Amino acid sequence: MTTLVRIERPVRAPKAQVALTIDGQSVTADEGTTILAACRSLGIEIPTLCFLETLRPVNVCRLCVVEVEGARVLAPSCSRAIEAGMVVRTKSPRVVLARRLVLEFLASSVDLSTTPGMAELLAEYGCQPERFGPPAPQALAGERDAAIAGHHAPPDPAFAATVAQPVKVDNDLYVRDYAKCVLCYKCVEACGPDHQNTFAIAVAGRGFNARISTELAVPLPDSACVYCGNCIAVCPTGALMASAEFEMRAAGTWDESAQTTTDTICPYCGVGCTLSLHVQDNTIVKATSPLENGITLGNLCIKGRFGWQFVQGPRRGASGGDGRG
Amino acid sequence: MDIKLLDAAPSNDERAAVDAVLGAPTSAWDGGARGTGDDSHVAFGGRAMREQRHRLVPALQALQARVGWISEGGLSYVCERLHVPPAEAWGVATFYALLATSPRPRRVVHVCDDVGCRSKGAKAVLSAMVGVSPAIAHEPSGDHVHLDADRAGWMHSPCLGLCDQAPAALVTEAGAVPTERLLGHVTPESARALLDGAAPGDDATAVTLLPQRGDPSLVLLKRVGVVDPTSLSAYRAAGGYEALTKAIAMGPEAVIREVTASKLVGRGGAAFPTGRKWEAVRTQRATPHYLVCNADESEPGTFKDRVLLTGDPFAIVESMTIAAYATGCTKGFVYLRAEYPLAATRLQHAIDAARTAGLLGADILGGGFSFDIEIRRGAGAYICGEETALFESIEGKRGEPRSKPPFPVEVGVFGKPTVVNNVETLANVLPIVLHGGDAFAKTGTAGSTGTRLFCLSGAVAKPGVYELPFGASLRSLLAAAGASPRLRAVLLGGAAGTFLRADEIDLPLSLEGARAANTTLGSGVVMAFDDEEDLVDIVLRVAAFFRDESCGQCVPCRVGTVRQEEALHRLARGKSRGGASTEIALLEEVGVAMRDASICGLGQTAYAAVESAVKRLGLFGGGAA
Ligand SMILES: Cc1cc2nc3c(=O)[nH]c(=O)nc-3n(C[C@H](O)[C@H](O)[C@H](O)COP(=O)(O)O)c2cc1C
Ligand code: SF4
Ligand code: SF4
Ligand code: SF4
Ligand code: FES
Ligand code: FES
Repeated sequence: MTTLVRIERPVRAPKAQVALTIDGQSVTADEGTTILAACRSLGIEIPTLCFLETLRPVNVCRLCVVEVEGARVLAPSCSRAIEAGMVVRTKSPRVVLARRLVLEFLASSVDLSTTPGMAELLAEYGCQPERFGPPAPQALAGERDAAIAGHHAPPDPAFAATVAQPVKVDNDLYVRDYAKCVLCYKCVEACGPDHQNTFAIAVAGRGFNARISTELAVPLPDSACVYCGNCIAVCPTGALMASAEFEMRAAGTWDESAQTTTDTICPYCGVGCTLSLHVQDNTIVKATSPLENGITLGNLCIKGRFGWQFVQGPRRGASGGDGRG
Repeated sequence: MDIKLLDAAPSNDERAAVDAVLGAPTSAWDGGARGTGDDSHVAFGGRAMREQRHRLVPALQALQARVGWISEGGLSYVCERLHVPPAEAWGVATFYALLATSPRPRRVVHVCDDVGCRSKGAKAVLSAMVGVSPAIAHEPSGDHVHLDADRAGWMHSPCLGLCDQAPAALVTEAGAVPTERLLGHVTPESARALLDGAAPGDDATAVTLLPQRGDPSLVLLKRVGVVDPTSLSAYRAAGGYEALTKAIAMGPEAVIREVTASKLVGRGGAAFPTGRKWEAVRTQRATPHYLVCNADESEPGTFKDRVLLTGDPFAIVESMTIAAYATGCTKGFVYLRAEYPLAATRLQHAIDAARTAGLLGADILGGGFSFDIEIRRGAGAYICGEETALFESIEGKRGEPRSKPPFPVEVGVFGKPTVVNNVETLANVLPIVLHGGDAFAKTGTAGSTGTRLFCLSGAVAKPGVYELPFGASLRSLLAAAGASPRLRAVLLGGAAGTFLRADEIDLPLSLEGARAANTTLGSGVVMAFDDEEDLVDIVLRVAAFFRDESCGQCVPCRVGTVRQEEALHRLARGKSRGGASTEIALLEEVGVAMRDASICGLGQTAYAAVESAVKRLGLFGGGAA
């Protein structure tokens, strides 16, 4: 005789609820929630730069800091978990000063011209990055890559030091304009343990000379890079940019307001990643995948990310061929 | 993970140097010849390989010590042996100041130009060097210069922990038998001779400057300079290992009870109660537990741990063993700053002698517990003294501090519960175990128990390490050290501490006394400056130090330390933007943002000394005085 045993699904204990106060409002959320998430649930906006839902928080930019009552220093809201009875202030004078200075530090040392939302943020916080002095002339190609840890030339009182340097163009698919790099670590995480597991790039050097680099700063074609472009997808500043977009921007023809986005499925393989095709003037100008897509988390491979030129190549059959060209 | 290696092979010397640290490769999977083992049928990789990552820095140090720099072929071989992606290894190699990633001469003289040496002749030494050969790295004299391997080169260095024998220099010479010497009282002539190939002579730290030698009131220093630091039997004859024997008889809980009763707090800077830390680790369920002795001592002006490590190394081994016993640790690391070669030799000797005598290893003193100690050398990074950066460094990564919480007692090195204590903190454990926590707490003040080591340097006649009960006045300490009658300022607590005016030295040297005077004892630095000193120049050097030593991870510190240094240079050269008061207001905003928003203590204290120079000393046209 067979006895049928019914197997119960293990019931997961509901998460403990934690009550805290944010800007005078009481809020309750699951244990383990970040302060940032709790703030957003209340509709409180907090600026972030190095935070992304799909990446492990590195909490390095410090733009998202908030004041936690009783704490000696400010806390990064993007990664600090809520605690029972916490009293959080997101707009205290200390918070506002720290954010303004972080923004001024970045704006005075990095080219933020292609960072979405940055101009508004700088205005909102009343930033005056020029008070640190006029930007120093850009470094020679390779100069920052050769910097030696623990040493720097004495400052020139006439200028504010910057990370300005020539754009690295060493392949046909994307460019690296590290003059625009805020060192948010996102590309390193995306290329490494969080997504791609290729480890083609890492942070090298130290202090103000810290930089994103391949080994020995070799050109990308000599590195482990597989051109998935997943670093481009997470870069918040446009430092990493597909060549197509970079060239159109240089030519003054890039116009986001004239672009539409159409979601489709990548035609190449059986995984079937969701592709968002960005189209301007009836031409595909960029391919991405939605960050919130549960399968791709915004990632693609070289084919999906860059392999769409054939769509707008010479018309199929126009050259009398068999449709493959 | 597949690794794309560099297209370069190591030289035979490089290969041998790496194999000496990592062992010979066992198969083609980790850099051996093809077909040497079962490698055609079995894949070696995965977790076992990833767990080798912690050997990255020792392997890179082996290359540095053998050929003087980390070449492409050498780097590639290390990556192949340890399965570390070359970009990651490059990120690590370029983080540490004493690892060279471009060719360097085999012999390099690292000349200290930090706060304690500047006024003691370092500038003359440096000008003598400029005449002989150009500097390596971005130095005031100009650009990178790739020198030939056989002609010695020189570089500036931050504080070498030898301020009592200023000016100091560290000589490193790569080779089959590499040389490292920490030299004191360097002169322009001796420096030039070093560049010309003269033998570097004896390590200055072989003899300890100990102004109180033989004083019966000494507790932590009582054996230093008196008992042979290279003899276990001499150490035992002087009462060594009585504390461990007693601790094992007491049991771990009782040891922690005594440490708690002693009210001992950490001497590494943060003054955290040691008993609380030990208890927290003891009760953690995750295993193993690790013990880390923080011997990175890189705070400018600090040299007390060096004196303990070279003068009484067995005491550190014994106190670590007691700490491990109490907290359930089976493995201990000493993270020792690279610039202390003699301390490394003496400590390694003490560890080996203790192991031979059954005082380390399995079933110590028949107490049924096992513990061993490994020394990890730093590679030139002040930030690696910060406890979580230190863990990262041991794990073979860039020394970037972690965000806290979680704290080390829960998630420390290798993700396990970890006790991290300063050398001097550990040294206090011996008297606490021997005489009891209550007896220990009778010395000092109510809020600061026991004695404290102070590092006296600068404008004093008798520099060196002094041991005093907490609560003694700074004035009496300065008098004992023979401070200049024309004293103008004192740097208390190190570069992360504060300057005091000559009329502010009546404070009691206790934690609460320092706090009340709005200053800090920090790592015990007491550096005196008289009216011959160019204090503006000293403050500029402090600002340069923080810029050089910032790990670069977080924006407030990475850019803030640059903006701070720039503003000070503008003020110092009379080129202020919008007047001195505008610049001072700007400095204040930069400083407050660094203090409030930086990840770790480096950024959080990078403004402290500058602020006190402006507000207390009235430099740069600021504040009183
Ligand atoms: C930038 C920085 C550098 C530090 N350097 C050292 C050091 O060289 N030695 C040390 O013992 N503690 C140092 N510390 C403090 C350690 O993080 C840690 O608090 C200490 O090792 C704990 O030991 P204790 O409780 O025995 O003091 C440093 C902290 C910071 C923020
Ligand atoms: S394109 Fe892909 S593989 Fe190349 S660096 Fe970016 S994330 Fe790494
Ligand atoms: S390149 Fe972009 S993603 Fe990478 S660190 Fe710089 S700003 Fe961040
Ligand atoms: S404060 Fe400075 S040293 Fe500390 S994590 Fe930030 S950048 Fe690194
Ligand atoms: S967004 Fe939180 S630190 Fe960068
Ligand atoms: S050794 Fe030169 S300042 Fe300390």
